[in-house]
Amino acid sequence: MSMSPAVRNRLIAVAALVVAAGGLAFIAFGNLGENLVYYWSPKELLSQGERAYGPTIRLGGLVKAGSIQWNAAHTELQFRVAEGREADAPNVLVRSTEVPPQMFRDNIGVVVEGTYSEAAVFQSNRLMVNHSNEYRAPKEGEQRNWKETVTDASAATSPAAGSSAQTVKP
Amino acid sequence: MTGTVGYGFVLAGLACAAFGAVVGLTTGLKRSDAGWVWVQRAVWGFFLCLIGANLTMEYALLTHDFSVKYVAQVGSRATPTVFTVVSLWSALEGSILFWGAILAIYVLAFMLLHRRENPRAMSVALGVMLAVGVFFAFLIAGPANPFHTLPNPPADGPGPNPLLQNHALMIIHPPMLYLGYVGMTVPFGVAAAALLRGEINAAWMVPLRRWMLVAWTFLSVGIILGGWWAYAVLGWGGYWAWDPVENASFLPWLTATAFIHSTMVQERKRMLKLWTLSLALSTFVLTILGTFMTRSGVFNSVHSFTQSDIGPTFLVFLAVLLVFCIGLLAARGHLLVAEEGIRSPLSRETTILLNNLVFAALTFVVLVGTLHPLIAESLFDKRVSVGAPYFDKLTLPFWTVMLFLMGVGPMLPWGSADREKVRGQFLLPGGVALATVAACFAAGLRGGYALAVFGLAAFVAVINVRELVIPVRARMRERSEGLVTAVVESASRARRRFGGYVVHLGIVMVAVAVAASQSYVTHTTATVKKGETFKAGGYELKFLGLTGGREPHREYVAARLEVVPPGGGAPDELAPRMNYYEMSTDPIGTPGVRSTAREDLYVSLLAFSGQAKSPDGVETASFNTWIFPLVGWIWWAIPVLVGGSLIAMWPSRRAKVALAGTPAVAGAGPAPDAAVQKGAA
Repeated sequence: MSMSPAVRNRLIAVAALVVAAGGLAFIAFGNLGENLVYYWSPKELLSQGERAYGPTIRLGGLVKAGSIQWNAAHTELQFRVAEGREADAPNVLVRSTEVPPQMFRDNIGVVVEGTYSEAAVFQSNRLMVNHSNEYRAPKEGEQRNWKETVTDASAATSPAAGSSAQTVKP
Repeated sequence: MTGTVGYGFVLAGLACAAFGAVVGLTTGLKRSDAGWVWVQRAVWGFFLCLIGANLTMEYALLTHDFSVKYVAQVGSRATPTVFTVVSLWSALEGSILFWGAILAIYVLAFMLLHRRENPRAMSVALGVMLAVGVFFAFLIAGPANPFHTLPNPPADGPGPNPLLQNHALMIIHPPMLYLGYVGMTVPFGVAAAALLRGEINAAWMVPLRRWMLVAWTFLSVGIILGGWWAYAVLGWGGYWAWDPVENASFLPWLTATAFIHSTMVQERKRMLKLWTLSLALSTFVLTILGTFMTRSGVFNSVHSFTQSDIGPTFLVFLAVLLVFCIGLLAARGHLLVAEEGIRSPLSRETTILLNNLVFAALTFVVLVGTLHPLIAESLFDKRVSVGAPYFDKLTLPFWTVMLFLMGVGPMLPWGSADREKVRGQFLLPGGVALATVAACFAAGLRGGYALAVFGLAAFVAVINVRELVIPVRARMRERSEGLVTAVVESASRARRRFGGYVVHLGIVMVAVAVAASQSYVTHTTATVKKGETFKAGGYELKFLGLTGGREPHREYVAARLEVVPPGGGAPDELAPRMNYYEMSTDPIGTPGVRSTAREDLYVSLLAFSGQAKSPDGVETASFNTWIFPLVGWIWWAIPVLVGGSLIAMWPSRRAKVALAGTPAVAGAGPAPDAAVQKGAA
């Protein structure tokens, strides 16, 4: 059986395309596995066992009250991310070399991205504070003053900062 | 009251769209001209109703009528008027209403510009577009109804999302993106009509191509402006993060760009017909997929999307659309056989074929990375996201191949090239490319991809400029025309080619700027007391202290910095700040940016403490500082891209003649013009 050159060329082209598409799919899905970022809460992280060591993780929870230790001189930040507000809620120790953003404080929602190690420490390389964007009804006769804002902001009544906004786009 | 009027407009618009779609599709496909007048009336009705609905919403927003649900959701008496006007597109319901208005404008513009063409074909094309209109009008009337009347209206509202009133770019970026997105409906309608009628001839390729180019231009500008907005507002030091929202706008751009190239092969060589029409259809499907992904909340969690009002409706529409497109292509595939083949691998059609394969591969890679988290969660209940390294690693090789093709393609002739001649033409751009790489290396720049991009960019720039200059110089020499006359004349002789090369130069600007700003970025973090100085790259920044102030809709705290540029020079001042919006608990940062042609110094204020709260009684502040080489060239490419596209789509005298002749091509209908005039009157 002999094929006409036109048919043979078409077959070769189709075969080449199939091979190329298959190869691309193989590479794409292979790389996908390496670059997955897992979303876990402290409880979920702690229940993973061995599997938690290594992959990139986004750990989301609340900053445990009273756990923040900030060394400005060496830019070392240490705190615990807890499942909830209760004192005995499961929590994970987090270390970071980032400057905490303005609104970072006890009991605020955070997401940290990094890796977890056998030493039970979560090394974070990205700290994001959840924007709540709650509607704050103006109180009767209240008139805020920027001078107050300047002095009060660090007392965390007015949380701040843009670092949590990475993924927000309209 | 206002809500009722607006809702009335929406319902009337829905009725017009449904009526026009049914009449257009049935009469058009039965090869009858009888419905044409009514289709035109339906288009006018749809247009007037949707514009009316949008104006009603604007009226409600401007009069702070909080009995209208959407106004109660995004309106506020404290918001400046300009941001009140644009809050039409600051939340889901309003943006879908705005979408409807843009769709109505496109459909009307298409009808008016092509009303002298074959009425049967026009009926079908407009029928398809109005069917899309039915879907969006249904969304506005039902699941995403912004006109819902609240029984107990609040006295004031929260105002639009502070992120959206933080920068003037927000006024222009969403409309541009929507004009790009919604504009894809027109080529979809034209392509679907051609397939439905089974008459796929050159006459329909002209409007298909031109409308695709219009939408493509808006989409390109919208995407770049989106990156600029993220850069100028979000303060995280970047313009692109492979975030699902960004990918959603990028996917249709990829297929639309592939279409713009494959249509040339289709036109010249009568090849790739099925492929070209598939690209037109899939571009539209991807815009709907993108809207579904970004608007249904599916990325917060797969399981929460059914709670969003529009998620299920969108999913059903998407499924119907997919079945329709695949069925259409399967049914008409036999009509779309290539009439010619590729004669030589060394030809322009080969490079465009490769270009399309690369765009297809890019679309696949980005689609897989974007959809994977959705699939993983719905099938395996795992919450994951795909990191930016996946996208960077897998798309970079394709971008470099694409750059290479952008140079080789314009250099090669159609059909078959003479090897000797090509070798001669290759010498100059190839030499300049090597010299560029060598110069960059000598200047101390490292990194394989960045150097490859710079070399290829030089290669592409030389070839495209040469292709622009050759005809101009020939005219100046042979006809002794002046420079300006020669440029205008040679551009108008081959508008699409000329415009295409100008667009290529714009893309080169973007490619170089992205490579440089990603590869050679410098990042530093510093916490300083008032009066102290810190260094970022070659810059010296002195913290002068905190200052605050009031603007109509917000208060702010700014950290004043004195900036001494590298190598001395006059000091500048930057004031990155945090904005406190009246109605929102969380402040939004605005970075300070010192932009030059060479690089941007980008400082965002991370945290501060005032005198009273600081441990030493001195104001302190923490800054995140980046230096991005050449980054500004990304946005400065916009005028080049738009200019090139305008040259390419400007109607030439010849094209007008061809369009006027189309009814004859399409078959003998009884005097379509008479019907048109009746309908339009």
